[in-house]
Amino acid sequence: MLGYLIRRLFYAVLAVWAVSIISFFIINLPPGDYVTSYIAQLAIQGNIIGAEEAESLREYYGLDQPSYVQYLKWMNQIRQGNLGFSFEFGLPVNDVIGERLVLTMILAAATIVFIWIVAIPIGILSAVRQYSIWDHTFTFFGFVGLAVPDFMLALIMMYFSFVLFDFSVGGLFSPEYVTASWSLGRGFDLAQHMIIPIIILGTAGTASLIRITRANLLDELRKPYVATARAKGLSEWRLILKYPVRMALNPAISMTAYILPFLVSGSIVVSVVLGLPTVGPILLKALVAQDMFLAGGIILLIGWMTVVGTFLSDLLLVWADPRVKFEGR
Amino acid sequence: MQSPEPETVVTDEDTGTRPLLSVEDLQTYFFTDEGTIKAVDGASFDVYSGRTLGIVGESGCGKSITAKSILQIIDNPGRIVGGQVKLSSNGDASKNLLEMEPNGEEIRSIRGGEISMIFQEPMTSFSPIHTFGNQIIEAIRLHSPLDKEEAHGLAVDWLRRVGIPSPEQRMSEYPYQFSGGQRQRAMIAMALCTEPRILIADEPTTALDVTTQAQILDILQTLQKQNDMSIIFITHDLGVIAEVADVVAVMYLGKVVEIGPVESIFSSPKHPYTKALLSSMPTIDAAPRERMPSITGAIPHPQNRPSGCSFHPRCPSYMSDICGLREPDLVSIGTDQQASCFLYGRN
Repeated sequence: MLGYLIRRLFYAVLAVWAVSIISFFIINLPPGDYVTSYIAQLAIQGNIIGAEEAESLREYYGLDQPSYVQYLKWMNQIRQGNLGFSFEFGLPVNDVIGERLVLTMILAAATIVFIWIVAIPIGILSAVRQYSIWDHTFTFFGFVGLAVPDFMLALIMMYFSFVLFDFSVGGLFSPEYVTASWSLGRGFDLAQHMIIPIIILGTAGTASLIRITRANLLDELRKPYVATARAKGLSEWRLILKYPVRMALNPAISMTAYILPFLVSGSIVVSVVLGLPTVGPILLKALVAQDMFLAGGIILLIGWMTVVGTFLSDLLLVWADPRVKFEGR
Repeated sequence: MQSPEPETVVTDEDTGTRPLLSVEDLQTYFFTDEGTIKAVDGASFDVYSGRTLGIVGESGCGKSITAKSILQIIDNPGRIVGGQVKLSSNGDASKNLLEMEPNGEEIRSIRGGEISMIFQEPMTSFSPIHTFGNQIIEAIRLHSPLDKEEAHGLAVDWLRRVGIPSPEQRMSEYPYQFSGGQRQRAMIAMALCTEPRILIADEPTTALDVTTQAQILDILQTLQKQNDMSIIFITHDLGVIAEVADVVAVMYLGKVVEIGPVESIFSSPKHPYTKALLSSMPTIDAAPRERMPSITGAIPHPQNRPSGCSFHPRCPSYMSDICGLREPDLVSIGTDQQASCFLYGRN
């Protein structure tokens, strides 16, 4: 067990390191660099910069060095917990994404909990009462939920919550709390503002988890061990929850691992529409501006969290299903 | 461990007592989109205390559905549409299990309590993600007021009785750590730990190799004597039936076509189907390369049940003036043998 954990940790570090190399070099692949896009931006405003000045800017940012030197320097900073400097914001990357990262993680955790709470009971009900009116209703809404683009759902919900409840959606805080320091009131304000984003971000995941739970449970309900449990005299709901549901839950656990990267990269449009201060929109901005340390830093963090998430969900799987063994134990 | 009780099996049948369990005209249909399948269509038989009733028939004849109908654990879209399953309770009037609410408390106290069941697939009949201890203790505590520790002790005791080595340690193991034979032993322990009056064994040895099969049959017979328990033994294996059964019921397309003491069934079968079934058994004195006799024709599709006697298209004694037109009832032939065939009277 301990050996397995250490080995997993080693592979995790290796994976994150690989992510850092690939992300760094891919970001550097397009022609030009941050200075190029900076000059272009200035040109739009009518300021022309001479080649000499551009050169000195490159030197200032260290962009004149070969990319492997830049990479090694970056890695050296990361070793000290510093993700580098964002050209675009003129701030250390840590400061740019600090609170956004915390908010992204809070939102991800809440979305996962929402998906579980909504999808698992509905999936169970749909399977146990297959072809009932409930099953058909949830199947219909499940497919609608899968098919409607998130950002459209976001726009619709923004409209209705504003018109019907006079509740302005957008951002995760009311104006008076945006820059305030953490307090009970700010937390409560955050919770209130998170409801709609959670529903929107969780809809697709909920719909697919309902389908997965239903399909798995239908398979499990026909297994002989269910008949055994029935023949023991267990009540129907107790036996369903104890045996087949436990078996059908594995996908819900594995799904947890990729919710976080989805929230960052897959939901940029929703985040932009809803004005969510998550890292998604920042990543988009950084990539457009070729702000490589900011983009690289975000991708590195997401990679790291995905690896950690996968690891945690693997541990959960081992706990939930004793047949899943630690390799080489 | 209690010592085996002396062999005083009361033959209730001889003393004229009423049966422990009486199945009368049981009908279980499956309502599918393609039509109604009459899986069990008028099955009747009695089970006497301490004896073994063997139910034999080809695949799809409704043996297993009959067994599951007794406990009302039919899967959707199956439904019991008629008949009675009477369980006599000590001295009192008998209870009709089919009148009980399908998942109500009353029938659930009988399931696994008075009537236990073991299944064909020892590999998949246990939950793969719960320990044996968990699953057996659950069965015990459902039907007794024992606390967890007492139930644990009883479970260990039963695992030992069915011949599982180091049972204490195996309680915390999972099904994938057991062999097929050991799982079936554990299954028997789980079914019998509540000391049921009737055990329904649905092809309990079909998935096992011959040596293990013999051991399992041995365990069942020993425990039957110790607990004075009745067994309904379902199989398609006539050899196994000959070994374990006191009374044999032969089923064909959801009906009992012949029933009688095991010796009579094997020495003088009456129904043409029983005769055909017996003659298709391989014998040791067959000549080398001799073709094995088989029943002509194939089992009809369940939705396409022949009119009249459902065996008539395959029957060597087919009588054109009656067999395809009317359904025969079970009639007594000799002292305690019954068969449903017009050869023995056109009732």
